[in-house]
Amino acid sequence: MQFGLSESQEFLKDSARKFFAGECPSAEMRRLMETDTAFDAALWSKLTDQGYTGIIFPEAYGGVGLGKVELMLLMEEAGRALLPGPFFSTVVLAGSVIDAVASSAHKQKYLAPICRGETRSTVAILEANASWNPRDIQLTASNGKLTGEKYFVSDAAVADFIIVVALNGVFAVNSKAPGLKISPMTAMDLTRKLYVVEFNNTLAEEIGATTNLARAFDVATAAIAAELVGGMQRTLDITVEYAKTRKQFGKPIGIFQAVQHQCADMYLETESSRSAVYYAGWALEENSPDASTAVSIAKMYASDAARTVGNRGIQIHGGMGFTWENDVHLYYRRAKGSETAFGDATFHRERIASAVIDSGTVSAKSA
Amino acid sequence: MDLNLTADELQFRDELRSWLASNVPKDWNEWREKPIEESFPYLRAWQRRLQEGRWAAVSWPKEYAGRSATLMQQAIFWEEMARVEAPPMANSLGLGLIGPTIIAYGTEAQKQRYIPKILSAEEIWCQGFSEPNAGSDLAGLQMQAALHGDHYVVNGQKVWTSYGWVGDWCELVVRTDATAAKHKGLTVLLVDMKSPGVEVRPLRQMTGESEFNELFFRDVRVPAENVLGKVNDGWNVAMSTLMYERGSYGARLHLIFKRYITRLIELARNTQRNGCAAAKDPIIRQKIAQCSAEIEIMRFNQMRAFSRVTATGVPGPEGSIQKIFWSELNQRLQQIAQEILGPYGQLLAGDPRAIDNGMWSYAYLRTRGNTIEAGTSEVQRNIIGHFVLGLPRSY
Repeated sequence: MQFGLSESQEFLKDSARKFFAGECPSAEMRRLMETDTAFDAALWSKLTDQGYTGIIFPEAYGGVGLGKVELMLLMEEAGRALLPGPFFSTVVLAGSVIDAVASSAHKQKYLAPICRGETRSTVAILEANASWNPRDIQLTASNGKLTGEKYFVSDAAVADFIIVVALNGVFAVNSKAPGLKISPMTAMDLTRKLYVVEFNNTLAEEIGATTNLARAFDVATAAIAAELVGGMQRTLDITVEYAKTRKQFGKPIGIFQAVQHQCADMYLETESSRSAVYYAGWALEENSPDASTAVSIAKMYASDAARTVGNRGIQIHGGMGFTWENDVHLYYRRAKGSETAFGDATFHRERIASAVIDSGTVSAKSA
Repeated sequence: MDLNLTADELQFRDELRSWLASNVPKDWNEWREKPIEESFPYLRAWQRRLQEGRWAAVSWPKEYAGRSATLMQQAIFWEEMARVEAPPMANSLGLGLIGPTIIAYGTEAQKQRYIPKILSAEEIWCQGFSEPNAGSDLAGLQMQAALHGDHYVVNGQKVWTSYGWVGDWCELVVRTDATAAKHKGLTVLLVDMKSPGVEVRPLRQMTGESEFNELFFRDVRVPAENVLGKVNDGWNVAMSTLMYERGSYGARLHLIFKRYITRLIELARNTQRNGCAAAKDPIIRQKIAQCSAEIEIMRFNQMRAFSRVTATGVPGPEGSIQKIFWSELNQRLQQIAQEILGPYGQLLAGDPRAIDNGMWSYAYLRTRGNTIEAGTSEVQRNIIGHFVLGLPRSY
């Protein structure tokens, strides 16, 4: 048993970290977040050159064919850089949904251009009731047309096509289609913009049934948790650096146990989230029977931990932590958006509860 | 990353499983609730049996009757022992902490003298580290040892000594140079507990039992040849013992905690709360789920740590997060148990209405010690702050 990264996994993680540090440093991230869409075509083509836009998809569709653990590592590094724009929406979310539900013809049509870096996409799931339970979806296609609203759709303004989860199937809608209207929702996280998408008798192409969505959502959920781990790590690093250099009473504030023990807790919460995310990636890759529960464990823990790590990070920075110029609040904003995306900790605890209480014990693979 | 067992690990596990299937005692449940003084001969016999199968000290080198087990194999060993609910071994400190320290620092004569009897449980070992004025600040300990010709004369007091009442030998940390800096004047002595001047008193703890002892030393003579390691290098010897303490202990906890939560879920199904079974109460469900998830995360953290130590060869200060994690998790787990059991949670062993014969009231009280023993949570957070994160030392 080896619960460490292999050499090639270490290499991927290390090169992703260097890539994001070089191509999307804090100043560039801040520049993009101030734009309307946080999308940058030049950055996108570099992501494509790295193979990131096709990372987990089959080579038949122009993908790289890597596993879910590798995806977790890439998303951790993207999260550390607070990568702005539609990478998650397009590749992780739309890509996984298409990969899970569509026929090979539809994959050639919709997934292959994503892998090649030619198109952007997203998935419209939530409605006004904001429920992550698929049973609560009401939007229904009739005669190949959609009428209704989807909320909290990430990066819709830069999507070339939008994947829509309806009650009676999964549909692809061209974002220029008549009757489709996209309007921004003004939300906390400036690096991942949210939109209302309205359909009015809008033409929609069915690409698959909703039955296979669960696994795609599990992949997206674990990837969000992985991003949170990267964000926590960055928050911890910034905070520890500050605690070493900021002086009060003639000493670096990191010498005080009230500060030091909070940093230790940030470390514990970050590392524990990371362990849970890596396990979830492995369980997804192996199609382990506990994969869904493992994803819930990771998302549940990381959602709460990211908020707590952010709270501590801001507090330790004192007045500096409350300023706009300090990056910690940007991670804190992302953490709030990610906390609720694909179900918050309470939602996933109930999923875990039904696994461990109602259907007997489900637990991680053990010796 | 590959969480499947390797061929070697599978073979190790299967060999152990089949040995346990025909050797683990079936009547441990009849003994486990008796006072340890009564069950101790039983635990000695169990350890001897393990030793006959070469299972008593799997982490030890093969030349000392161990199996040179990897960390992962050690984890498998403890998991399998927990799975079959095997009794503990009588000489657990000797096998887990003191034996490895003697193997690392002892002279050839010391190894030959002590190791075989540690393995056979013929000589039980205890650990004389903490003192009334030296707990977290262990290096501040004051027990004096003065060299008189070929022996030391030892005076002072130790506290929180497990197995003191049955100990034949003690790994004792003493001050041999009062003028040196506090870490530099310490020496480890191997002390015969039957020496004149050694007095052992039970220390009654908040659970009402006495797992630990206080030791009083009055002019106790210890031969100079019983120094373990070098004179005035006792700090390093003692730290190496504590490193073993933090090493593989966590491995067995996963199954123990899972057994707790499984039983708790069973109880929650049969306990009424707010007009329905507690297992249907949304708040109880949230708490059980949180706890179940953390039990798994504890194991993920441990497996990652084992892999890291296997790769780098040294257990690092990151181990402190395991200690914080399991001890605080156990406290949260017992708090949830209390919430589910309600007024029954307070009933002690012996009360006819106590659930699981008072196991939950006992565990609730006992877990308060978890964040104190083997390095307090505060000390663990200091270790992370300074040694992992590189913050300045706060003390």
